[in-house]
Amino acid sequence: MEFLQAQLPRYLDGAWITIQLTLGGAILAFVLAMLFGIMGTARFWILRAITTVYVEVFRGIAALVVMFWFVFAIPDMSGYELDPMFAAILALGLNVGAYGAEVVRAALNAVPRAQVEATIALNLSWFQRMRLVVLPQAWAQMLPTFGNLIIELMKATAVVYLVGILDLTAVAREVRTGTGETIAAFGIAFVLYYLIAQVLIFGMRLLERRANARLGRTPPSGGGLMNLLRPPSVGTRVGVAK
Amino acid sequence: MSPSDTPENTTAPGGGNSGEAPAEGPLIVFDQVVKRFGDLTVLDHLDFSVAHGERVTLIGPSGSGKTTILRLLMTLEKVTEGHIWIDGEPFSHMPRGNGLVPAGETYLRMKRKRIGMVFQQFNLFPNMSVRKNIMEAPVHVLGVSKDEAAQKAEELLDLVGLGDKIDAHPTQLSGGQQQRVAIARALAMSPEILLLDEVTSALDPELVTGVLDVLREVAENTDITMLCVTHEMGFARDVSHRVLMFDQGRIAEEGHPDQIFGDPRQERTKSFLKSVLENGH
Ligand SMILES: Nc1ncnc2c1ncn2[C@@H]1O[C@H](COP(=O)(O)OP(=O)(O)OP(=O)(O)O)[C@@H](O)[C@H]1O
Ligand SMILES: [Mg+2]
Repeated sequence: MEFLQAQLPRYLDGAWITIQLTLGGAILAFVLAMLFGIMGTARFWILRAITTVYVEVFRGIAALVVMFWFVFAIPDMSGYELDPMFAAILALGLNVGAYGAEVVRAALNAVPRAQVEATIALNLSWFQRMRLVVLPQAWAQMLPTFGNLIIELMKATAVVYLVGILDLTAVAREVRTGTGETIAAFGIAFVLYYLIAQVLIFGMRLLERRANARLGRTPPSGGGLMNLLRPPSVGTRVGVAK
Repeated sequence: MSPSDTPENTTAPGGGNSGEAPAEGPLIVFDQVVKRFGDLTVLDHLDFSVAHGERVTLIGPSGSGKTTILRLLMTLEKVTEGHIWIDGEPFSHMPRGNGLVPAGETYLRMKRKRIGMVFQQFNLFPNMSVRKNIMEAPVHVLGVSKDEAAQKAEELLDLVGLGDKIDAHPTQLSGGQQQRVAIARALAMSPEILLLDEVTSALDPELVTGVLDVLREVAENTDITMLCVTHEMGFARDVSHRVLMFDQGRIAEEGHPDQIFGDPRQERTKSFLKSVLENGH
């Protein structure tokens, strides 16, 4: 208990860094995923090709390698130092954005052709079709996978101690070396990671439920908030009008 | 066809032989239209025209190309050969230099605003209320003010008998109600040409009448040119000026509905009508 009291502030600082990395990385990943995902459905092959290159490159390289590149290689080459936090968010965002782009592309392509044809019959432009019909419908389909990706992203932040950032994992390592209390040191980190993950999962399910409600689908289990703590049943995700 | 040809010297058969249709140049002209999907020739050098305000019913066996004709007009498909003209202007193609080239998206956007379509499966947008389904295109495409579009949406919903459903969600409506909303949505764009592709065939029998009644009313009270694919022979007889019987991508027979349904001349028409009656469409 004393141990906890003494060390908790450090852990909370670390957790706050982890949260910043996760949210920063998620925002960047989201923007990249939308941009490249939409480009991946474009009529012009050059746009689709750009998406393919981005996805293949950044899916294939570990975020850590990209991070090392930004933190160590770029300063060597150019003389400019990148703030390690910024470099870490960039690396994580680029990596998860590549997975997200595939999710977005698949969700856009899954919107029934008939919906697109209805927008053509109403003479909507490409932009109007995307904004008014295709993206809102694809959104509900993207969210479950986005939920998984943001958890993966949070877990992936645990490597940033290697570029000298004092995140939750770095704090746990330092506390362990300083006190020798291995189990307590990592136990606290474990609990905090778990809490952060639960909040993220809860938030994503809330978004998911709102998106499904907009499409006129209500969860069969009812609408109580407690239901968000359980994984949604498969039935709530499928079944756009045939 | 040479680029200098105009639809006026394209002799299309028919062209509104009912006295009711106004006597101008034809509104829609199919000129030697060929449509192939791979090796399959769906429309085979098809010629026909439709007059302003004329209501034409397209009948024929499954696979004879009826849907394809409507989809070509809605620019959901492109012609393989031949040309489509609307009001004397190229539609499937656009002028470039001295000739015609397949129409680009910008050109199509300009041209297809005169045309609306109602689909067999309704295709309402599930991410919008009924009101938004009807309002969004007029607001964003035609630049109508939100108030005006909302008022028009209310009027149209009253017309299709769904005034109380304006705030409903499409998934809360029956098929017949969804289809009536889809008709209102198409009408909200004030089309000159309305394409109807088997709009009642996805409906339970007891819901068909309601939808057909709405269309009867539209036919009576507007001068919208209609191309209608349907197996509802009674409806076709009531509203259409002319019936085209398709078989294997060509017109097998055409005429006034009383003649086609009462006294069909072609063997293929007779056997088709017989099969429709037997299957109780
Ligand atoms: N996108 C496509 N790719 C390949 N073949 C197609 C495509 N669209 C239509 N076809 C084929 O073209 C033929 C004509 O189709 P179409 O839908 O126009 O017939 P239809 O007269 O409307 O028939 P139905 O009464 O069954 O609706 C059919 O053999 C169909 O399989
Ligand atoms: Mg058809």
